[in-house]
Amino acid sequence: MKEEYDVIIVGGGPGGTTAAYYAASGGAKVLLLEKKRDIGFPVRCAEGVGEAGLKEFLNPDPKWAVNKINTYRLIAPDGNIVTVKNKEAGYILNRRVFDYMLAERASEMGAEILTRMYVNGIIINDRTVSGVRCEYLGKKFSIRSNIVIGADGVESRVGRWCGIKTNIKLRDIETCVQATISSKKIESDKIDFYFGKKIAPGGYVWVFPKGKNLANVGVGIAGIYTKNPERKSPLDYLNEFLNKHYPDASILTRLAGGVPCAEGLKRIVADGLMLVGDAAHQANPVTGGGIVNAMKAGRIAGKVAAEAVLKQDFSEKMLREYPKQWNNTVGEINKKFYRMKKVIFGFSDKSLNAIAKSFNETSPENLTIKDIFVGALKKHPPLVIDALKVFK
Amino acid sequence: MVYIIEDKCDYCGICVSVCPPNVIELKENNIKILEGCTDCKLCVYVCPYKAVKENERRI
Ligand SMILES: Cc1cc2nc3c(=O)[nH]c(=O)nc-3n(C[C@H](O)[C@H](O)[C@H](O)COP(=O)(O)OP(=O)(O)OC[C@H]3O[C@@H](n4cnc5c(N)ncnc54)[C@H](O)[C@@H]3O)c2cc1C
Repeated sequence: MKEEYDVIIVGGGPGGTTAAYYAASGGAKVLLLEKKRDIGFPVRCAEGVGEAGLKEFLNPDPKWAVNKINTYRLIAPDGNIVTVKNKEAGYILNRRVFDYMLAERASEMGAEILTRMYVNGIIINDRTVSGVRCEYLGKKFSIRSNIVIGADGVESRVGRWCGIKTNIKLRDIETCVQATISSKKIESDKIDFYFGKKIAPGGYVWVFPKGKNLANVGVGIAGIYTKNPERKSPLDYLNEFLNKHYPDASILTRLAGGVPCAEGLKRIVADGLMLVGDAAHQANPVTGGGIVNAMKAGRIAGKVAAEAVLKQDFSEKMLREYPKQWNNTVGEINKKFYRMKKVIFGFSDKSLNAIAKSFNETSPENLTIKDIFVGALKKHPPLVIDALKVFK
Repeated sequence: MVYIIEDKCDYCGICVSVCPPNVIELKENNIKILEGCTDCKLCVYVCPYKAVKENERRI
């Protein structure tokens, strides 16, 4: 490790390692710091990604893309099933392997990576970010850099240390519990989503099969449903679901986690600073999918950082190229999803049942995800337009 | 004031993510509420395992 770098990246998730890869390939001297012992472990994720987004970066490799699925089932509160055979497949990853591979790629490109490095503050000189303070096995020290990229996930503090309010609002956080289960009842060629106020208020239950008899089964509920002290926790919802649908399940992993399902932060750069991935609230606000979005943001931020290094200009004005490109692409799409989210997760169980019924009566064959959004939102014409745009 | 029952904690960071004054410090397997807690209880609400508790008010 040196005393000074062009770019320091905080966090070794898909956002951080992708930013490291692109910054290093643009010629920047890059250091990535991860607080955990291992890159990619423990996993806090259902591990599902869309084919198109993934393939922008990598060809799926069975080492880390463990299942490919085209059939999605949406299950209404009354148990009615709407089946979608989507052209675009969903891949289920093994993130422990996937995240590690992304880190290896960044390292091969010249980025330095260190684990067990906890960043506990940011160095600010003349209102400009100029490095990080960190702890390694109890020893505290500082490392200087011209740019800091905060890719420190949902728990991000980097932005807040620099005066950007990144704390997530109660209405925008999904609180989740997931079990990786072994059960003979898993259908490994179908991805299931269950909806309903009694199943997952303000969210959904997912079943993402990782292979024969193995699946990630989890529940996410919206933060606003957690205020009542007598409330059921996501863990209670998950246990209820498993008892009902997978009573034979063994639980091989159990995890908790939060996902920002938000509109996206307005400000994601400052002098010498960029925020990427969950740290910038860039996950899809309807699905909570944030892996590929973090990678897309990391790609832009990494390239812009390398550009800034070439020009030796680390001002907010220079770095604004990143939000500009983000807003014109995924950022704009996420804003539309956020508007849709408010309606979709507001549906009563009765409406959800009616929507499912009408799909099954009118067009049971060849339904697409786009049809589902358009049909479900048909009473909200502006949102139908949003849906048509995001699923072009 | 709130406190964390570490036996229940999964170190997932969701409490850190909602904390308005940014006073929860989460290392790999070590969590602390630092000075400056405003007692807003957002962390109590969102914890998936209900590992953050309020101290009972004494009369
Ligand atoms: C239960 C659950 C299910 C999900 N399912 C899916 C899914 O199926 N598909 C999908 O696309 N997305 C899913 N997501 C969301 C997805 O996991 C995230 O959007 C994605 O990991 C974001 O990547 P990131 O690089 O921004 O952050 P992370 O992957 O969270 O990486 C951040 C890293 O920063 C490190 N870090 C944090 N603070 C510090 C510090 N101070 N110093 C050093 N290092 C630090 C952390 O240890 C972590 O490794 C799910 C999330 C949860 C909680």
